[in-house]
Amino acid sequence: MLHIVNKSATERNSLESCLRMASKGSAVLLIEDAVYAVTQGGVAAAQIQAAMADLQIYALGPDLDARGMSARVLDGVKVVDYGGFVDLVAETNVCQSWL
Amino acid sequence: MSDMMDDMEGGEGVVKKFMFVNRKAPHGTIYALEGLEVVLVSAAFDQDVSMVFADDGVYELIKGMNTKGIEVKDFSKTYRALDGYDIEKLYVEKASMDARGLTEADLIVDVTVLDSAEMANLMAEQDVVVSY
Repeated sequence: MLHIVNKSATERNSLESCLRMASKGSAVLLIEDAVYAVTQGGVAAAQIQAAMADLQIYALGPDLDARGMSARVLDGVKVVDYGGFVDLVAETNVCQSWL
Repeated sequence: MSDMMDDMEGGEGVVKKFMFVNRKAPHGTIYALEGLEVVLVSAAFDQDVSMVFADDGVYELIKGMNTKGIEVKDFSKTYRALDGYDIEKLYVEKASMDARGLTEADLIVDVTVLDSAEMANLMAEQDVVVSY
């Protein structure tokens, strides 16, 4: 299953809820303001690092670039472009967007 | 007539302390850009303007943005032009930077870093506070 989160983890609880309810082996793709969560030194970094034991964490590269965050991405997070986004959606049977 | 012109231009009119509080990340919503536009408009009225960046608002000032990939305007460079409009009072809340692993060196403009109590005092002395 693919989970997509687009809200900042320091403004909404979408990411927290997603990580709590995502089943083992699922993919989580962070886009738009959610990409701040995978950057070093932030309060969400520990949550992301803990989640990587059970989940595949992806972040959308163009959104990281736009926010000046590309050089700060946590180890283990896979950065994808729009083509990678499409591949993730195409590979999964179910997709949940945590709006 | 000249008195009226002065009032209209704020020349000898009342100068109020305006604070614009920015608490949203750029790009994901329109708040950050709209807030900046309003600040630029306010510059035309010769008021005493302060800008505050707190919570996700500190992300508005990050260096090195490249918005080509998401095809939106990179307005972060506009913050650098603010001193040309005599808007030089930029304040960032320290706790907000700390929570995001950021320091002053990560920001595109010179700012004054305040702790939460100092921010509270600054806010309390304003005539008008506008929040984005």
